[in-house]
Amino acid sequence: MNLDTLISKFQKKDVAAFERLHTMYAENILGVINTIVQNPERSEEICQDVFVKIWNNANDYDTSKGRFFTWILNIARNAAIDELRSKSHKNWKKNLSTNYFVGNLEAYDDMDSRIDVIGLRKLLKGLKEKCTELIELLYFKGFTQKEAAEQLNIPVGTIKTRNRSCISQIRENMKT
Amino acid sequence: MDVEKYIASGILEQYVAGNLSKEESLEVQHYAIEYPKIQEEIESIEMAVLELTKGASPGLSPDSFNAIKNQLVEVIPFEPNIKRKATSWTNYLGWAASLVFAVGLFWMYLENDKLQSEIEGVTKENTSLEDQILDIRNEITGTEALLNQLRDQSVSVIALGGQAASPEAYAKVYWNKEVNKVFIDAQGLPEPPPGYNYQVWSLKFAPLTPTSIGLLEDFAANGNKVFELENPNNSEAFGITLEPEGGSASPTLDQLYALGATGP
Repeated sequence: MNLDTLISKFQKKDVAAFERLHTMYAENILGVINTIVQNPERSEEICQDVFVKIWNNANDYDTSKGRFFTWILNIARNAAIDELRSKSHKNWKKNLSTNYFVGNLEAYDDMDSRIDVIGLRKLLKGLKEKCTELIELLYFKGFTQKEAAEQLNIPVGTIKTRNRSCISQIRENMKT
Repeated sequence: MDVEKYIASGILEQYVAGNLSKEESLEVQHYAIEYPKIQEEIESIEMAVLELTKGASPGLSPDSFNAIKNQLVEVIPFEPNIKRKATSWTNYLGWAASLVFAVGLFWMYLENDKLQSEIEGVTKENTSLEDQILDIRNEITGTEALLNQLRDQSVSVIALGGQAASPEAYAKVYWNKEVNKVFIDAQGLPEPPPGYNYQVWSLKFAPLTPTSIGLLEDFAANGNKVFELENPNNSEAFGITLEPEGGSASPTLDQLYALGATGP
C-alpha cells in the first residue's frame, strides 16, 4: 500500500492504517521530542500524546501542508517545545538552542543511553559541527531559516545551500 | 525549468523541514508532480531525515501503540451500518431538495416567459399609441395650417347653394385672389356615386363661359372635405357638377349640385 492510500485511510479513521503510520514514524517522532526534552520517559509520554493528537486532527492534514512526515514532525516539535516552556519558564529558549544532539554524543554514551550512538555516529561521520548544528536547529528544533541564521551568526542566504550540502553528506553516509 | 539548479538551491531540504511558506510549498509540490526527478529528490531527503531522527530516538517501548489505542475515539458515522442509513436518508433529502429546486426553477422560467411576452405586448401597444398620437398631431398641424389659410385677409368666401339635382346640397368657396387659390369646402355635398367625380367650374356671365378648375378627387378619403385648387380666372361665379370619372370638357348642367356668384 502506498503512502497516499495509507494517509487517506487514516483520515477516514482506519485504526489499522494509523497503526502502520505509527510503526513507520513513531521512532522518528520520539527521537525529535527527546532531542528537545532530553528525558526519554517523559518524551515517550509526549510522543503518545502527539499521536493521539494526530489521530484527532487527521482531517487538518492536506497536501498543501507538505509531506505527511513534515506535518507530524511539526506537531511533535510544538508539543516538545510546550513541555520545555512549562518546565523552565525563563530558560526554555536557551535550552532549546543549546546543541545537545551532536555535541553530547559522548555524553549519551556515559549516560548509558538507549540511543543507538554507533548508528548515529556513522550517519554523521565527516559532518562539520556547523552542519550538525544547522540540521539540529532546522529539523529537530523547528527553527526558521531566519532564526537559524541568527543563532549561528551566518547570513540567511547561506542557510539553504549549507543545509543542502550537510544533508547530502548524510545521504552519502547512508550508502556506505 | 532547470531542474538540477532548482534541486541544488536547497529549497527541497527546506520543504522537508517545513520551513517554506504555503505558496512556496505549493510551488514545490507543483514541480514535484511535473518533474519526477524532484519528487525522487524530496523522498531521498526525507529518507535521510527519517534515518537521522530515528537515530536520535532513545527507543520506543514495544507496546507504545497499545498505550494510545484506547484513546482513539472511533467516529460513529464511519460505522458501516449506520453509514448506510445516514446515506439513504440524506439521499432522499438530497433528491427531494433538488426536485423542489427543479420545480421552482421551472415555475420561475414560466413566470419569466409570461412576463416577457406581456412586456412585448405592452411595448407593441405603446408603439401603436405613439403612432396614433403622431398621426393626430400631424392632422392637427394640417388643420391649423388650413385654418390659417382660410382666415387669410385676402380670402373672400362664396356660398354655393343647392340646385335642382340636389336641393339640400351646399358648398363654400374660399378664394384667395392674391395667390390664385381656392379652397372648396364640400362638407355639404353628398358622396358621389362610384365612377363619378365632382368638377368645379369658374363661371363668367354674358356670355356664360364655364372654365374647369379641377376635380374633387378622393372625396370619400378626404376627412375634412376641404379641397385645394388653382384658380387664375377672374371668376364671377363658381359651380359644382357631377361628372363621369376624370371630368368633362364642359359642365353637365342637369347635374349641377351647387352654384354661387362672387359679386353682391
